[in-house]
Amino acid sequence: MSTLPSAGTDTPALATATVASEAFAATAASAAVSAFAAPPLGRRSFFALLRKSPDLVIGAALLLLHMTLIIFGPFATPYPYTEFHMTDALKAPSLQYWFGTDQFGRDVFSRVVYGAHGTLLLSTAATALGVGLGVAIGMAVGYRGGRVDEFVMRIMDGMLSFPSLLLAMLIMSSLGPSRMNVIIAIMIVFIPRSTRVLRSVTLGLKNLEFVEAAKVRGESAFWVITRELLPNALGPIVVELAIRLSFAILLSTSLGFLGIGVQPPEPDWGLMVSEGRQYLQTAPWLMFFPALAISTAVIGANLFGDGIGARLAYRGGRNDL
Amino acid sequence: MSAVRQSNPSDSVLRVFDLSIEYRTRGGNVRAVRDVSFSIGRGETFGVVGESGSGKSTLAFAVMGYLSSNAQVSSGRIDYQGEDLLAMPRQRWDALRGARIAMVYQDPMSSLNPSIIVGEQVAEAITSHEPVSAKVARDRTLELFAAVNMPEPAAIFRRYPHQLSGGQQQRVLIAMALANNPDLLIMDEPTTGLDVTTEAQILDLIAELKRSFSSAILYISHNLGVIARISDRIGVMYAGQMVEQGPVREVFRRQLHPYTAGLLECLPSLDFGRKDRALKLIQGLIPDLARLPAACSFAPRCPHARDRCHNEAPELVEVVPRHWSRCMFWREQELERAQRAATTHGGQSVLAAHATSAAPLESGAATEARARSTTTTAPARPLLVVDNLSRDYIDSKKLLGIFGQERIVHALDGVSLELAADETLAVVGESGCGKTTLARLIVGLVEPTDGTIVFDGNALEGSAAERERDVRRRLQMVFQNPDSTLNPKRSIGQALARPLALFRGLSGAQALDEATKLLRAVRLDERYLDRLPNQLSGGEKQRIGIARAFATNPDLIVCDEPVSALDVSVQAAILNLLGDLQARAHTAYLFISHDMSVVRYLADRVAVVYLGKIAEIGTVERVFAPPWHPYTEALLSAIPVPDPDAAVTPIRLEGPVPSAANPPSGCVFHTRCPRKIGAICEQQIPPARSGPEGHTIVCHIPLDTLTTVQKPFTHRS
Repeated sequence: MSTLPSAGTDTPALATATVASEAFAATAASAAVSAFAAPPLGRRSFFALLRKSPDLVIGAALLLLHMTLIIFGPFATPYPYTEFHMTDALKAPSLQYWFGTDQFGRDVFSRVVYGAHGTLLLSTAATALGVGLGVAIGMAVGYRGGRVDEFVMRIMDGMLSFPSLLLAMLIMSSLGPSRMNVIIAIMIVFIPRSTRVLRSVTLGLKNLEFVEAAKVRGESAFWVITRELLPNALGPIVVELAIRLSFAILLSTSLGFLGIGVQPPEPDWGLMVSEGRQYLQTAPWLMFFPALAISTAVIGANLFGDGIGARLAYRGGRNDL
Repeated sequence: MSAVRQSNPSDSVLRVFDLSIEYRTRGGNVRAVRDVSFSIGRGETFGVVGESGSGKSTLAFAVMGYLSSNAQVSSGRIDYQGEDLLAMPRQRWDALRGARIAMVYQDPMSSLNPSIIVGEQVAEAITSHEPVSAKVARDRTLELFAAVNMPEPAAIFRRYPHQLSGGQQQRVLIAMALANNPDLLIMDEPTTGLDVTTEAQILDLIAELKRSFSSAILYISHNLGVIARISDRIGVMYAGQMVEQGPVREVFRRQLHPYTAGLLECLPSLDFGRKDRALKLIQGLIPDLARLPAACSFAPRCPHARDRCHNEAPELVEVVPRHWSRCMFWREQELERAQRAATTHGGQSVLAAHATSAAPLESGAATEARARSTTTTAPARPLLVVDNLSRDYIDSKKLLGIFGQERIVHALDGVSLELAADETLAVVGESGCGKTTLARLIVGLVEPTDGTIVFDGNALEGSAAERERDVRRRLQMVFQNPDSTLNPKRSIGQALARPLALFRGLSGAQALDEATKLLRAVRLDERYLDRLPNQLSGGEKQRIGIARAFATNPDLIVCDEPVSALDVSVQAAILNLLGDLQARAHTAYLFISHDMSVVRYLADRVAVVYLGKIAEIGTVERVFAPPWHPYTEALLSAIPVPDPDAAVTPIRLEGPVPSAANPPSGCVFHTRCPRKIGAICEQQIPPARSGPEGHTIVCHIPLDTLTTVQKPFTHRS
């Protein structure tokens, strides 16, 4: 009787599996990132997570706060944001007007809430477009290599040589101020940056053996990129989205502040900060609350991105492998 | 504790008492080291053998004081000349480390600072412990370089690590470790990343240094051959415990623990192939170190286990003078093994067991070949014919197309070989010889610069994607690294489903069925279908890689070092599996490896490659016996044999490995050949001389001369 080998005469990797499943259960963007069912987020693991990755939890909390503002805010605002209350103009925050009123008597709280709509949705759209295109170009070019890679990357380098705000301003001044154009401008600013990140991720993945196995099968480049590489790049993509979102908010509100972004009467936090400048001494709440909104949104997105990035690096240091 | 009572206790440099170390992880407390005791005397070499998960590296780190922050020493002491290392304050540690206790690591490239010249790094090791001038340190460094047989010490002094070869980097590390004449030297797998000829030189060096420096050495390795050569006493570790300990000759001659016996028995050697017998395996898995029962850790896998073994945790006892064992039935297991060996000669030949079994995995070409062989006697058309295949890589282009030299690396230079259906042809060579390039060319990952590949009569043009679908179906590959051979985001079922869908048009329930059959064929079961690669061990992942290759019913599978990254016991299981599957499916293998023993076991024919050219090719029996090409001779003599009494045949290759961008003229091996006959070797390309059964040696020395001067090695006695 010959000695047939039994199943797996080797070490089971139990510890790694447990760590992996807990990590995924914790991230708010788990749906996009994880392929397998996450166990329910228990109380104990929440506090453990808070201790281990405070960035992630705080960032997620801030973002959630803003999402709540966007979704439920309109129901909480007692006054439409365009409504003037001239008799109550420049009133300090009170029970009636939670954030006070501006020079036209408009409720600042309502304006901040609707500004969230404006600023955040615009920033999210621009980020999604910019990073999306960056992913597509970066992965295609990184996989392809050769002269195409060099050509495209030199163009990207050219675009990267402009500081983001300056480039956005340039684009806005040629296109003209409008909401759509802000989205386009931010998208164009983001494309080279995201392309660069995703290209380097692709370079790290494309020589791995499972990719070679796909090539041996004769899979097309498109198949390899979308079915083999992309699922492994989701981690860095989520991080990229989160960090870029924070910059998008900053960019769009900066453009609004400078007056070349979204135009009134559309609400925009940057615009509100700009308008509130003249009342800094007399009615500081006009600047304070929109600025608070901007900073919490930016910090929230940034911390969240850092937190996820650290989480992914913590589990092995090489993307998701 | 008793294991520490040495013959000369006052002579001990290091004494470890009942050491237990745990790692705090989310999965629980992983007990990496449990109750380990041993001592090392002055000038003595203690070898620690174990596979992954045995705790040997944790042990080394503990002795050096490098345990990570989540490691906790739960009990025990480590005594260095009377001082307890575990209780030592930081300053004392800094004084000891590098001066009295030194360590040489596994990967020399990552142990050296890439931005400082190596001479300075060694000098720093000297000056940080002694207040000497830079000049004195430099002179000492040059002496050390000479002592470690470094060619041109002054030139090497000024080089950066990346400008040195692996062997040279390791010599630098050894020089650094010896700089202050330490009392204790810890070497953690120092030769694992090196080629076998380089490894042989480093082992020679260590043996020599043992005579001139009086350091005690703690040598850690998973390679029993290396341990046999280097150690005076050895300790075998399993699941964190020392299961056997004793003088090296004693332990190799007479194993008093079934794990040690199992390790030795599952090693392939140069004496037998799978047609002779299968490798004997150690069944089962390494236990979960976070959940250890109070019993013998090896019992679940032990063929000699009794009831008592599952209920009682055995102690390490000196059962025979100076020889300790942790097996309660050490006498019984010895007798049982002797009986088994006498009756069955190990395992039966794999082929005999499958001679009449049905073949669900049979490939098309093989069925044809068998049909043909029963009707005609004419030799069937070879499955794969490689003719004058070459591949060049451009290393650096000319500046602006005009200035400077263009460096071309000739990875493969005019290689020709043939492979028949249902045959295993091994391609053997050291790193940089071109064997991986050959594999990639055949499979279509790169395209040749010259030459042709003909697969079953069809010329293979272009990359894999450009070839016909049927050709791709019949030509598959198994990769080297089990950790990256599977997409970490796809389940096993998905990984297997793709080739099934692509090449056999299966989907849904049929695909599921077929995938299950494939899993069964590689000795796993359908529970694996939903798992992700990170839940599997290295051996399991490699099995899936093999299943994936067999999914398309291929005629030829190119195996690129499929067992190199695996533990010895896992390697044995995978080799048996590969042999088994070939017997059932009649698939041909092109087996790439650097390990001669593995090749001897699995292959029918073998080609030895050096610097992109074939040096020798023939059947395994003929290539492994004289006459040899001088390179083959050197390769074979360099292999560390797991037998402390084996004569070390000192055929060593001198000189640096030539670069493939600038290969030597004439015979490419002449710069290092110990049997070089004269100017002809430098000027003329050697002819291919043929012996019986198609055995070919490419050398200027005629075959009969080689036969007379080369003596076969005496390995296992």
